[in-house]
Amino acid sequence: MYQYDTIDREFLADRAAEFKEQVERRLAGEITEDQFKALRLRNGLYLQLHAYMLRVAIPYGSLNATQLRKLADIGRKYDKGYGHFTTRTNLQFHWIKLREAPSILEELATVDLHAIQTSGNCIRNVTSDPYAGATAEEIDDPRVWSEAIRQWSMLHPEFSHLPRKFKFAVTAAPKDRTAARVHDIGLVVRRARDGTMGFEVIVGGGMGRTPYVGPTIKEFLPANRLFSYLDATLRVYNRHGRRDNSYKARIKILVAALGREEFARQVEEEWEKVGPNADMPDLEIARIRAAFAPKTFDTLVNRSEAFETAKAADPAFARFARNNLKPHKRPGYTIVEISLKGIGDTPGDATSDQMDVVADLGERYGQNDIRITHEQNLVLPHVKLDDAHAVFQALAAAGLATPNINLITDIIACPGLDYCALANARAIPIAQDIAHRFADQDRAELVGELKIKISGCINACGHHHVGHIGILGVDKKGEEFYQLTLGGSGAEDAEVGKMLGPALPADRVTDAIDTIVEVYLRERAEGERFLDTFRRTGVAPFKEAVYAEAH
Amino acid sequence: MPKLIRIEGGQFVSADDPFTHVADDEGMPPGDVIISLTRFSAEGDALISQGRAVGVRIEPDEEVEALAYDLPKLAVVAVAFPKYRDGRGFSTAHLLRERFGFTGEVRAVGEVLREEANFLTRCGCDSFEAADGSSPAQWAHAANRHRHVYQRAPDGRTPAFTERAES
Repeated sequence: MYQYDTIDREFLADRAAEFKEQVERRLAGEITEDQFKALRLRNGLYLQLHAYMLRVAIPYGSLNATQLRKLADIGRKYDKGYGHFTTRTNLQFHWIKLREAPSILEELATVDLHAIQTSGNCIRNVTSDPYAGATAEEIDDPRVWSEAIRQWSMLHPEFSHLPRKFKFAVTAAPKDRTAARVHDIGLVVRRARDGTMGFEVIVGGGMGRTPYVGPTIKEFLPANRLFSYLDATLRVYNRHGRRDNSYKARIKILVAALGREEFARQVEEEWEKVGPNADMPDLEIARIRAAFAPKTFDTLVNRSEAFETAKAADPAFARFARNNLKPHKRPGYTIVEISLKGIGDTPGDATSDQMDVVADLGERYGQNDIRITHEQNLVLPHVKLDDAHAVFQALAAAGLATPNINLITDIIACPGLDYCALANARAIPIAQDIAHRFADQDRAELVGELKIKISGCINACGHHHVGHIGILGVDKKGEEFYQLTLGGSGAEDAEVGKMLGPALPADRVTDAIDTIVEVYLRERAEGERFLDTFRRTGVAPFKEAVYAEAH
Repeated sequence: MPKLIRIEGGQFVSADDPFTHVADDEGMPPGDVIISLTRFSAEGDALISQGRAVGVRIEPDEEVEALAYDLPKLAVVAVAFPKYRDGRGFSTAHLLRERFGFTGEVRAVGEVLREEANFLTRCGCDSFEAADGSSPAQWAHAANRHRHVYQRAPDGRTPAFTERAES
């Protein structure tokens, strides 16, 4: 893992001191709430329905045990003993007092964490592959580039007042766990035939009220030219992106308006003028790369007797292993996914005590490496199969062993109207109700991979456009209704879901999901996921079944 | 004479501002003036030939490239920030310094706030018509708040990667 050096640490300390001073000026009445708003947002501090919310950045979703324990402590000390992991792999505290915010930032800085650029029209936290460094699929470690982007984007003087927020995803595996194609910029590491490393550059994907799967504007950008190309892309956007309407200000609107080819041409023209002087020196990339040098793994055999014995003796563990353990690149190791989607829980919430348990397990069994996924789960990327049962038992004791990764109960949901001032409808109770309906694990496993994503408003923080089943909360004359979409995907086969039909009242959503699942089970061919069946049959059989029942 | 904040010898100081901002529909006063790009296209050469110092104000939707050939004649380019969060001016200032090598005064005008001092300075602005009544000392404090920077920028500060390579 990347270790902050003196420079990184002093940078965070300076930032925390700056914010402390700004809060003091606000509390002393020297600046108005309106003037202060911009300053607090730069530090991830939002004013929500009931209290301030602080969004802490977890760069590329990577934490060590000390950092996670600090987050747990902050949850206990300044919040109500829990935190909420988001679809941007950030952590939100929803019950913060303004006068305590500077102390929280100071505490975060002691473990190399911060809330810089988790809000505002700037370059936000980078999303990367939660399996980085652990999966055999990847052709490079995407964290190297994510960390380089983190540094380049920190208080970027030219790109801190963009037309709108700007989000990066970086992945280096064919299976995309970052939703790269629905980001402002998605970078996919590629290798040329001669072995040279580079990026496929995808620009202008996004969700919100105008969802787009981003087009590729450069098939192969040599890796050492990344930052000059990013300068060029961001400059074209900064100068020409719309600023008259915040709903039309994301880069996706500019790319769509100009067309992929014209946008790419403008970037290329600017890139030639920028030149290689704007690239990050190879030496710095090499320094960062060294920090992500492969871990020291024990030499093990593929088959773990302890693991096989435990599976045979403990059916609950066998189920957990089937759903939550993923293949590791090294023999005898596994990737452990920890679901934050316990049946009836709030998706993405973890109590401080649970965070401590995960931190302990990461330290004891997982090489002190903990990841957050954009699907709001946690990952211990490097666990020995021999230790998997012990990890499972500890997780189970903490209520963290729900065996539902990628299943229908592994639901993404935004905080919705329970917390958020923008929401039209609640998201969490809908997620909880669906989870209860499919609480029978046998049935959930029979259904297989099915990703439900719920947003409480059109801003789409719950990624509903790319849910296999998407649910969007809408306000109809003061009542909460829900619009269903089917067939979306945020993965390598990215697609925006198609509208099923008229919005449904809250009490009909779970029945509709049940009906959709029954249609799928009836229609599916051998080996088909829900998404595959839907793509083959189209929306008709699902629509017919859901709306037939309304009559 | 009105005052502005200016970088002189690496220090932020209060300085007299000899320039008058002249709107397109105003009569031309004597002395040094800052005028719009449109007015400069029509009257710039005549004004310069009168021996006065001339500055041009670039609005966010105007392309600084249009000024490229005239830059050597200009004393000041005033980069307009009608709203502090309209970030186009940062690209304008950056291009003036880095691409066009402009060595004259790059002045930030409009909603110019202390909280932006760091970004403005880094992008190459060296004078500031502060809209929030900041003193030069307050401005300097905000601009120099961070001991380290991560990017190359027109202010020439040493980026983190160079600090590391040299340590």
